[in-house]
Order: sequence, then structure tokens, then C-alpha cells
Amino acid sequence: MPVLNATSRHEVTFRVNGTERTVRVENRMLLSDVLRHEIGLTGTHVGCEHGVCGACTVQIDGAPARACLVLAAQAEGMNIRTVEALAAETGRLSVLQQAFRDHHGLQCGFCTSGILMTLDALLAAEPDASEGVIRDALSGNLCRCTGYEPIVRAALAARDTLRKGGN
Amino acid sequence: MKPARFSFVRPQSRQEILDALTEHGSDASVIAGGQTLVPMLNMRLARPKVLIDAARLPDLARIEEEKGELRIGCAVRQAQLEQLPNLVSKQPLLARAIPFIGHVQTRARGTVCGSIAHADPSAELPLCLIALQGKVHLRTRRKARTVRAEDFFLGMMSTGREPDELIEAVSYPTAAPGTGFAFQEIGRRHGDFAIVAVAAVASGDGVSLTVGGVDDVARRFDLGAGRDDGLDDALNDIAWSLNARDDLHASAAYRREITRRLGSHVIHQAKAEAARCQS
Amino acid sequence: MLHTTSLVGDAGTLVGQCVARVEDATLLTGNGRYLDDLPQRKDTRHIAFLRADQAHAKIISIDTKDARALPGVVAVLTGDDVAALTRSMTVGVKADVEAWPMARDRVRYVGEPVAMVVAVDRYVAEDAVDLIRVEYETMPAVVDPMAALAPGAEVLHPSLGGNLISERSFRYGDPELAFSEATHRVSISVVYPRNSCTPMECYGVVAEYLPSEDMFDIAANFQGPFSIHTVIARSLGVPGNRLRLRTPPDSGGSFGVKQGVFPYVILAGVAAKVAGCPVKWIEDRLEHLSASVSATNRVTTLSAAVDGTGRIQALDWDQVEDCGAHLRAPEPATLYRMHGNMTGAYAIRNVSIRNRVVLTNKTPTGLNRGFGGPQVYFALERLVHKIALELGIDRLELIRRNLVPTGDFPYRTATGALLDSGDYSKALDTAAHAGKLDKLLAVRDAARAEGRLYGIGYCVAVEPSVSNMGYITTVLTSDQRAKAGPKNGAQAVGTITVDPMGTVTVKTASVPQGQGHRTVLAQVVGDILGLPMGDIRAIVDVDTSRDPWSIAAGNYSSRFAAAVAGAVSLAAQQLRGKLAEMAAQQLGCGPEAITFAGGKVFDRANPAAGIPFGRLAGTSHWAPGTLPEGIGQAISETVFWSPPELTAPNEKDEVNSSLCHGFIFDFCGVEIDRLTGQVRIDRYVSMHDCGRILHPGMVDGQVRGAFLQAVGAALYEEFVYAEDGSFESGTLADYLIPTVMETPDIQILHFETPSPFTPLGAKGVAEGNCMSTPVCIANAVADALSCENITLPITPSKVLAMIGGEERPPSKPIAKPVKAKAKPGERALTGEGEADVSSPREAVWHMLLEAETLAAIIPGAHGVQKLSPDHFTATVTLGVGPVKDKYEADVRLSDIDHLNSVTLTGAVTGRLGAGGGSGVIRLSDLPGGGTRLHYSYVATVGGKVASVGGRLLDGAARVIIGQFFQSLARHAGGGTGRPSFLKRIFLLFRGR
Ligand SMILES: Cc1cc2nc3c(=O)[nH]c(=O)nc-3n(C[C@@H](O)[C@H](O)[C@H](O)COP(=O)(O)OP(=O)(O)OC[C@H]3O[C@@H](n4cnc5c(N)ncnc54)[C@H](O)[C@@H]3O)c2cc1C
Ligand code: FES
Ligand code: FES
Repeated sequence: MPVLNATSRHEVTFRVNGTERTVRVENRMLLSDVLRHEIGLTGTHVGCEHGVCGACTVQIDGAPARACLVLAAQAEGMNIRTVEALAAETGRLSVLQQAFRDHHGLQCGFCTSGILMTLDALLAAEPDASEGVIRDALSGNLCRCTGYEPIVRAALAARDTLRKGGN
Repeated sequence: MKPARFSFVRPQSRQEILDALTEHGSDASVIAGGQTLVPMLNMRLARPKVLIDAARLPDLARIEEEKGELRIGCAVRQAQLEQLPNLVSKQPLLARAIPFIGHVQTRARGTVCGSIAHADPSAELPLCLIALQGKVHLRTRRKARTVRAEDFFLGMMSTGREPDELIEAVSYPTAAPGTGFAFQEIGRRHGDFAIVAVAAVASGDGVSLTVGGVDDVARRFDLGAGRDDGLDDALNDIAWSLNARDDLHASAAYRREITRRLGSHVIHQAKAEAARCQS
Repeated sequence: MLHTTSLVGDAGTLVGQCVARVEDATLLTGNGRYLDDLPQRKDTRHIAFLRADQAHAKIISIDTKDARALPGVVAVLTGDDVAALTRSMTVGVKADVEAWPMARDRVRYVGEPVAMVVAVDRYVAEDAVDLIRVEYETMPAVVDPMAALAPGAEVLHPSLGGNLISERSFRYGDPELAFSEATHRVSISVVYPRNSCTPMECYGVVAEYLPSEDMFDIAANFQGPFSIHTVIARSLGVPGNRLRLRTPPDSGGSFGVKQGVFPYVILAGVAAKVAGCPVKWIEDRLEHLSASVSATNRVTTLSAAVDGTGRIQALDWDQVEDCGAHLRAPEPATLYRMHGNMTGAYAIRNVSIRNRVVLTNKTPTGLNRGFGGPQVYFALERLVHKIALELGIDRLELIRRNLVPTGDFPYRTATGALLDSGDYSKALDTAAHAGKLDKLLAVRDAARAEGRLYGIGYCVAVEPSVSNMGYITTVLTSDQRAKAGPKNGAQAVGTITVDPMGTVTVKTASVPQGQGHRTVLAQVVGDILGLPMGDIRAIVDVDTSRDPWSIAAGNYSSRFAAAVAGAVSLAAQQLRGKLAEMAAQQLGCGPEAITFAGGKVFDRANPAAGIPFGRLAGTSHWAPGTLPEGIGQAISETVFWSPPELTAPNEKDEVNSSLCHGFIFDFCGVEIDRLTGQVRIDRYVSMHDCGRILHPGMVDGQVRGAFLQAVGAALYEEFVYAEDGSFESGTLADYLIPTVMETPDIQILHFETPSPFTPLGAKGVAEGNCMSTPVCIANAVADALSCENITLPITPSKVLAMIGGEERPPSKPIAKPVKAKAKPGERALTGEGEADVSSPREAVWHMLLEAETLAAIIPGAHGVQKLSPDHFTATVTLGVGPVKDKYEADVRLSDIDHLNSVTLTGAVTGRLGAGGGSGVIRLSDLPGGGTRLHYSYVATVGGKVASVGGRLLDGAARVIIGQFFQSLARHAGGGTGRPSFLKRIFLLFRGR
């Protein structure tokens, strides 16, 4: 049975934004650190490292999850998506991102990646999500700047555009 | 806030989990969804020498309905149970309680059995297990045993699980016809651990109230027919029998008072639902 | 005077529009460059801190040997090591006290840095921190500011001789006369709690030391004020030009808080010097909550002299400000920031003020959005609410009668502020109308008729912005000020530069933390130069080695729109003036006929024959010889602007503490759930006069953001300290920042009276709701409950205690918990229980006194040493669930009453904290043979577990104590392994 010892680095292989990546890290490294400092995807932010703030939210196998609560050793075989994958091409924002821009859904932007990953997953799973469902999902992401209302508006606008088939 | 070092066991089968547990015993921790354990590792409150991953085997990620029970394997995420088709009719109490567990993002990874194993006095899933008189299925390399929920939870984060045992599954009874269920919880913010959580189950056989968040474990009380006269007295006795504590979120007196008030509330709700089902 | 600048350019299409932000595309795609994202040198090493887990203790010894020996560790520094390489940080008052960034002889708050490790990565650095052993001698903690002042209180800084570090009294007008003549005297005493605006990004520093130049090159997500640059340079012992302080392009919020990173800038500088390589420190959330900075908590008694018509004739303030364990620059600024505004939005001519600043065993305080305003308005507006009730005057009517009269602007307040502009009565009436106050009143009446608890709150406030750099010297006497030399003004600087291609770069030292400064600057300059926003690039991060800056630079006191954008507009005007002359020469018209629009510069009379802006602007690079006489260059203009109104405090201690004064009128309706005591904000209306609005979306965003933080302060957030100084709000699961579910939508209204004192007519707006909203909600709750004593945060538990009446007693007496009182400054856990065992009493007794017993009964105990017949030490493993660790235990037996009772006193210390306690064990015979073992205990627990596991701590401690007695009973002859038996014992041991 595979036992990865405590003191060495081990190879962990997973997919990030559609590309297979292998990193050599200690078991204990947090996925948030792997993404940011081993792979260089610094769009995923770290605000608490205890699962409450949501800044580190990424999608794991399609569902939004805390990157700070995943150990590198657990990441083997995961399919991970981060904020860097949201825009289809450089220079063009996704519908959701554009809605945030239009509705001033961000100020400092530190919480934004996590919020986008939560909403992106939600709108993919529930294209007709009600405002209540959207708020419930957002309650797992803290924002200290905006007072949330602009974020909710952006989310509703994105939902409506996507429903109309925008992309 | 970075974990101390640990070895990591990535088992290929249930047997390998059990072997690893036998080998490492109390030096090891099972890791399931990590939604409780990883914060503790990050804060270095927990420093297990070995972690054994129990949440990656598809075999253990099954929810089976058998003999009036939902048997939930140790790799089943809370979200998976939440999204189980017809959960509302299979076990309404779970359907009502699960949305109170943390957030979408934590339920996506947190497991049902992990919450049972952790035995937080405010947690919803242990409370439901006690309220529904469910069971915990434990297994070591040598033997398997099943423990009733009320015998399993011993105190704050303390259970009857031996260090070499895996919680391989838990069983929640499905809703019997004519039974009413109600759940309510008060937390400071949406998604926070409960200050007080109450569940009532009402049927022709009687009414029970289970209270979480107040004492070191969720506790279940049989209220007989749960008749309105005398209910306030009974609830007062229940409130006082719980070992309520002050903490920074609420006073002990508040916890007792909410137990009385929400207790009464859910009992009436459950009775009304039972009456609707029967008619 | 520079105030005549036209507000917009010829095109005039950008300012005032809700344009999309230029910052957003980068941030939305994950391409932001926050401090921890910046490229770093390969040899960068990482810092982790060992922090105090006690509030007050002498440091007896620090053993860093094992930590140093750990592979990957580069350096370990203690407070003395740091002190040997630095100087004590400047303290803002005249007092004999030192302020070090790391503890030296004693620790004074939970979280205070005690040692610093530099290692290959953060993980290893934390491993090394674990290996440092500190021996402390615990001292009583002083937590309450009033208790800190009491005679005999433990003193934090012996050199001070007490905990009072500053006291001043002020008198304006004739308050004694006013009080003696008043019809009514109304007083209120309030306590404002500790909280913070807690940005989502924590502190971060990257430091490098260049030995050959003796120079520090440090990047930090610092936000200003850059007066702190001086404090850092002095402490590091270098001249200002050898401290290069840089800020990253993006910052994850600050709200004042990131001013407090500066002690870590010093520490990182020292670490880089010692380690000989770049070092990086990224604060984690636990560090941030326990030890970054907090707003001050304050105890205020405020009295008003009121005449028969409800006019307030005088105010008497008594403020006790708690700045925590050290007075860190710029404190006690929180107390003095509002000094000119102690009369709020009211015309009150007589004021007396007594200000005391005390030190307690809590985190040092610092900048926080609202900065002094929340504390002042909580007292003032609660008092106004109370006056109305006592006099039987409608609350809004009372407010109206006391407002600064329309037409009196600029209005000089009694304490010296010059309220620049406004029409308070009209703004108030407009808001009441547009916000449908009458409807809200009807809603309240209807709710009340149904027996619901519904209340309405009001608050009026003046929101100061653009701080006078001299206000803090009000804490000194005028003699002391004279000696120290004058301090005043608020330099803002803007630079505008054109490159050879004629494109425009704007630079300013504003260090935004999410407020969109780059967008607004592009709007302002775009209008002046007739360019689209995309042609202008604004740089707003600071490099003190290269950029023009002053001590006032930075992002605080809502100075951006009013001061910084103004300075930039002046620089742009200056450049425009030169370009106009150049164009006039080329086009053969007068400069006053030159127009800038659509990327072209042309004669208004002949728009078709314009010169492309880029071509004109590049001229100075390519052909300086062709410039008209006297222009010199038209490449770069820098304007420093400091408003003349901001003079130093005068000899009467009058001070114009801020340049601009916005006006706020808030009202709200709240409903209280009778069942649960939860407060729900039903409706909230916020009227702002912030002068000219440059970007409506951003103004809206600032109001909403401040509102969210204020809702947190009002209902959810508090840094809770236990009596022993343990910090209990150490995680975001305990420090409760509102989520989207707790944050209601609000109605925002505007009333614009441009400031005559700022180039663009703008005033600050970002802090107002932090000042007005907590007290507005409190007033509404007071109205709903008809209750005077409201303390924040208004938790359901507190509300139910107010409305619930006496708790229903138990039907039969419940064994009262042993109320053994802990010593002052300690928090105690008590319990008792009993167990029946089969062994005879004699056997149990002997067992109790044996060393082996301890080894046998404590799971994981080893190395038990019997130092004397009644003194043992051991290493024990304690814990519940996965939270387990090794502790050093020290146990003594005393009060030995043969065969009857013994007292066990123990202490355990470990990485997760320390615990102590004593238990009395009593034995008695059981009728059917065997022995009854009764125990009662008082235990204390503190340290790291207390701050991160508060919710579970007592229960967990109980389990551990239970385990102890459980195994004691088992050892004494209770059978082992029989679950039912064990369980019975266990249930008995659940202390009741
Ligand atoms: C922000 C946040 C909010 C939360 N709010 C709530 C809430 O409101 N209510 C609530 O109930 N929970 C809440 N939780 C915790 C919940 O999400 C966890 O999922 C749950 O408590 C543990 O499940 P897990 O699978 O993540 O277990 P892990 O964290 O992996 O493990 C928890 C413990 O159980 C042990 N364990 C796990 N599985 C087994 C097994 N099969 N056999 C033996 N031992 C095992 C582990 O060794 C560990 O000691 C919250 C968590 C976060 C981060
Ligand atoms: S950093 Fe992961 S939830 Fe806060
Ligand atoms: S935009 Fe700053 S925290 Fe959300």
C-alpha cells in the first residue's frame, strides 16, 4: 500500500485548468500553496487557512471547495479549476467576470477569485438558481469591501445573460 | 499556519485502511473530507504522525437504502447526501438539517462519517443520528461492530471509537409513515456552528426532542405523547438537565431559553406534520 | 488661491460618470499583483513568529537551541537580539516608556512576538517555532481599562509608574456656566468594544538588506501614512534615504489596518540583515486577528446641559481610551482625530473634555476605518436619543433644533474644526422624504400594534476627512508643542508625465487598497486633457526612493478624492496650461482659445485644424528648442498641495483636525425576534453629503463597504478577551464578519455641497457609515426595547437577557456549580463529580499518594518523577479527538487529611497552551462496601487553544479532566474495559 513518508517530497499528479501537472512536494503542503507557489497560479488567494473566508475557493471535480483545506497528498488525481481558467481567451472576460465589472462587484479583488469560482460552479450546475440560492452559495465567501449587494447584482445579471445563451 | 509533517497512507482498498489503522493506532488519524481535520492541522492543534485517507475509494462512497435505513459509507460527501434524489421523503430531517452544515463549499468535501467521527456537540449530523436513533458501523482488521448512536457519543469530540477502528458507515433510519420531523437551529451567522439546534420527531409512538449545541453531546429526550399541557414543564426540565455553558457567542441562560422556545416550536411542527401524514 | 480650478475639462464627460474601473480586468482574471504574488529572488527565506500565549508574563528564559539546529533554519532572533540592532519605536506622547516590535523582558498581550525564525520555507520556519522553549512567570493580566486605572492595578510598564500614559483636559467656551444654568442635565455612560475592519488579505513584508550601502529595500502592503517611514527608519537606525519602502500594485483591503504592519517591516529588515538574504513574512489569519491592530475600545461618560427647548448648551466628555499593551505610532491618534468634531453635527458652544489613555494587556491599537468616529458618535448619538426621551421631544425634532444652522458655513466648532460646507437641515429633510421616513414610522406603529418589537434609530454625523498632520499634537500641551516645533497640513502630491509618444502617466502616492484610484485619476486627467481614459495610465503604488511623497502620503482619512485627486488635477492643469501655450503658438491663436477634446488640441474657432494630443505632448522630448519662451519643459509636472486651512493647534487647543466635513443622516428600522432575540435590520437609509461625487459607483461602494463593517461592529464582531487576558476571537469562526446573509441592502441618498477647500470640491465618504451605523442600529434597538443600556455587539444572547425577564427556575434544585472564584485576571472552569469503586477506602487512599498512580492514570504519561513525597512531574499526552499534544505536568498533593481528603494541584504547559487547577478528592465508605470518590475542581486554561478553540475549550477541558478522574477511578478498582461501567463513570464525571 502506498505510504508516503513524512520527511520527503513526493510526486503528486493532478489536472489544473485542463492540463496535467506533476509537482514534487511534501505531503503536508496545502493545495493553496501548491497552486500559488509551486505552479505559479497566484490568482487563488489565501485569507484564513481555516476554511471560513472562501478566498481560496477553487473547483475540485466540478464543485467549489477550499484549496486551503486540501493537502497536497490528497490532490492526487483531482481535477482542479482556478480563476485563471474562467476567461476563454486573454483579453476577453467571461460573462460572469464581465458582470462583476459592470456592477462594481469588486473593490480590492482579494475575495473575488473565490467568489467567481463559487458562482461559476453554481451557475453551471443550476442555471436557474434563484437569488436565495445564489446568496446561500455566496455565504461561504467573505468580502470585506463591497457590502455584497453589488456582487449579488452581478451574479443575477450573469445568470440572466447566460440563460439567454450569452457567453 | 502550516501543518506539521506526517506520513500519508493512500490506501487502495478498505482492507488497506484497516491494516494501516492497526499498524499505526493512535499515532494515526483518518482523514476524510478534511474540513475539520485540516484546519486543526494548519493550526497545529492536531499533529498525527500518519494520515490515512478514507475518502478516495469509490467503494466506500455509496449510499445504500436497506431495511429502512440509509447506510452511508465513509467516503460519502455531505453534498452527495444532500443531492440524493428524494432525500426529503426518505428522511426529511436530514434534508432539513444538511443545509445548516457550513457552506456549499465545505459540504462539497466534508463527509457524513467524518462529522460523526468528530462529534462536535453543535454538529447537525450527530444530532440527527441521535434524534433518529441511528447506528455507527465500526470495523477493525479483526472485527466489525455496530454501535447505537446514543452509546457512541461520549462527550465533546469524544466517541466510543477505538483508535484502530474505522467508521465504515453510518445508518440513518428512513422516515416511517406517519412520522413528523422538524429541525431548527440558531447560529450567529449563516453557516456557523449552532448555538442551539433542535430536532423533534413525532409519530403515533410518541414525541422526542433532541438538543444539540448546549451540552457536550447532543441529547435526546422522550416526551411520551408530547401533550401540550405539561410541555413547558418538561422543556424546562430538559433545559436545566443540560450542562449549558457560557462562551463568547452566547450565555448558558440563552442556550437554555432557546432550548425551551425552539424545543416547543419544533415539537409542534413535528406533531403537525405527523398529523398531516396520518390524515 | 488654487481653488479656482475648473472642475472638468472641455470635454467634461468622465468625472461624475459611473465608468468601468481600469483595475477590474486584471483582478477578475486572477492577474492581480498582491504582495505575496510578486516575483521573488530564489534565495528568499521565510519568517515565522513564536508569539506569546499569555497576556502578561515575565520572560525568564528563551531556549532556541533546538530551533537553530533544525535543518533549513537560517536564523532565530529573540527580542533582545532585535533590540541590539534597532532602537525603540517612537512614541507619540511624552512618557518614559519604550516600544519594541518584539517582546524583551516581558510579554504584554497574547500574540506579541517573542521570537522570530528565518528558514527555507514557512513550513520549516513553523517547525522551528515549535522547538523554541520559553519559560514565563505569569503575572496578573489587566484587561479592563477602568480596572487598569484603579489603584493597585498591575502595571504593564514599570517605568511609567502606572497604566495611565496620557491625560489632558480641555475647556472651550464656558461649560461650567452652561451646566449651572441648564434646565436639564442628561448623562450617559457607554463602553465601546474592540473590533477591527479586518481586511481579507493579511499583512505581508519582503525585506532585503544591502550591506555595502547600509540600506534596507523593503516591500510591504503598508497603506500609509508615510510619517511611519520615519518611525521605521529611526528604529532601523538608518537615514530616511536608506530605507526604500515600496508597496505592491494591488492590496487586498486595508481600512486603516495595514498601517499596523510597520513593526513587522522593522522586524523583517532586521531578519534580512542577520540572515544575509531576502526574507518574506506573510501574516496568517490567526496572527492577524490576535496581533495586528485593533480599533480602540473606549469608556465614555458624556453629559449634556440642555435648556428648556431642547437646545444643547454644553457637553462634558470623559473619555478613557484603551490603546492596548504599547502606544504605537500614531496613537493616541484615535482619541484626537475627532477633536475638532466633538460636537458632531450640532452647534454647541461650550465643551469640556477629559481624555485619558490607558495601557492594558491587549493588542496595540492603530488605524481602523472610522478612526475615533465610531467611539465618539456612539456616545453622542446615544445621548441625543436619551435627551429626547427625557425631555419628551420627538427625536428627529431634537436633532433638528441642534444642527449647525444652514447659512453658517464655513462653521467653526467650539473645539476648532472648520466645517467647510453643508446644509444639514435640508439634507435631513430631503432624506426623511426620499427615504420615506413617514412610511417607516407607520411600519413601526403597525408592528407594535401586533405586539412585535420594532424600533427606529437615527444618527446624524459629521464625517471628517483629510486629516491635519498636526492634530495628534493636541495630545501635547501648548508648551510641549512649542518645543517640538509646529506640525500641520496634509501634503498631497500628483505628478503627470508625458513620454515621447505623447502618452500620459499619472503618479501619486495614494496606495489604494481597492478603492479604484487609478480609475478616478484617469477620469480626472482625461477630462482636463481631453483624452479617453485608456490613454492615461495611473500609478498609485509608492516607492519612497523614487516617487515624490510626504509624511501625509497614503490611503487614510478618506483623503483620496478630496486631496490626492485634487493635487493630480492641479498638476494636469499645469501641464495643460503649457501645452495650450505651445498649441497656441502653432495654431496662431491665444492660449485661452485652445481646447482639449477627443484626443486633439485645437483652436475653439477652428476645430477642424487640430493637433493630435500625442504629437503636441511629445514636442518637449523631440524638439525642446521649439517651445515658447518661459515654458521650460512640458514633460512632467509635479504639484504638492497642502490646504492652508489645516493649521497647527493653537494655544487654546483649538484644532481644525480635518479639512473636509461630510454630513451623514442615517435612519433605520429594526425588528427583534421575540423568540430568539435576533436583530434584523428591516430598512436602512443613509444620506451622504460628500461634496462633489467623482464616481457614483465607487462612492456607493464605499458606503456599502463601510456599512457592512458597521453592521459587523453593531451585531457580530468583537475581539473578546477573557479576564486572564486570553484572546478568544482568534479565528474567523469566532470573529464574526457578516456574510451576504447578514448584510441587508440599503438605500443610499446624496446631497451635494461641494467643499470650497478642495480642488475638485470632493470630500471623503469612505468612513462615514463606520461612524454612524453602529449607533443608529443601537438607537433603533433601544427604541424597540425601551432600553437604555445597549452594548455592542448586540447579540441575541444580550437581547434575550434584556427582554426575557428572569429565567424560569428548575423544578427541582440543581446542584450549583462550585462557584470557586478564580483570581482576578483568570478565568476558571469548575466542576464536580463522583464515582463509586469497589476497592476499600484504605487501598484507594494509598493509591492516591503513589507516584505510579499518576503514571497509570494519565494516558500517555511517562517519565514520572517523584521530587518529594507530595510533588511529582511528568510528561503527559492530553487531548480530545485529534487535538492532542504533549505537556509538561507538575503535580502537588496538599491538605492531606488521612483517609478522608487530599488536594491535588497541578499545572500543565505545552505548545497549545497552559492549564492549571486544583481538585479536592474526598473519600467515603459505601454502605455495601467499596468507596465513593468525590471530586471537585477549579481549572484554568489559556494559550493558543483558548484563542482558536474558544467554543469547544471548556467542554474539551472537561473531557480531559474527566479522563483523568475516570482513569483514577478505574485504577482504584473500577473494572477496566467494561464499556457500560466506563460509560456510567463517565456520565457521572460530566461536571454539573
Ligand atoms: C467554514 C466551516 C464551517 C463548518 N460548519 C459546520 C457546521 O455548521 N456544522 C457541522 O456539523 N460541521 C461544520 N463544519 C465541519 C464539517 O464541514 C466537517 O465536514 C465535518 O465536521 C468533518 O467531516 P470531514 O469529512 O471533513 O472530516 P475530517 O476533517 O477529515 O475528519 C474529522 C475527524 O474525524 C475523523 N474521521 C473522519 N472520518 C473518519 C472515519 N471514517 N472513521 C474514523 N474517523 C474518522 C478524523 O480522523 C478527524 O479526527 C464546518 C467546517 C468549516 C470549514
Ligand atoms: S483561505 Fe481557504 S477558506 Fe480562507
Ligand atoms: S473586494 Fe475586497 S474583500 Fe471583496
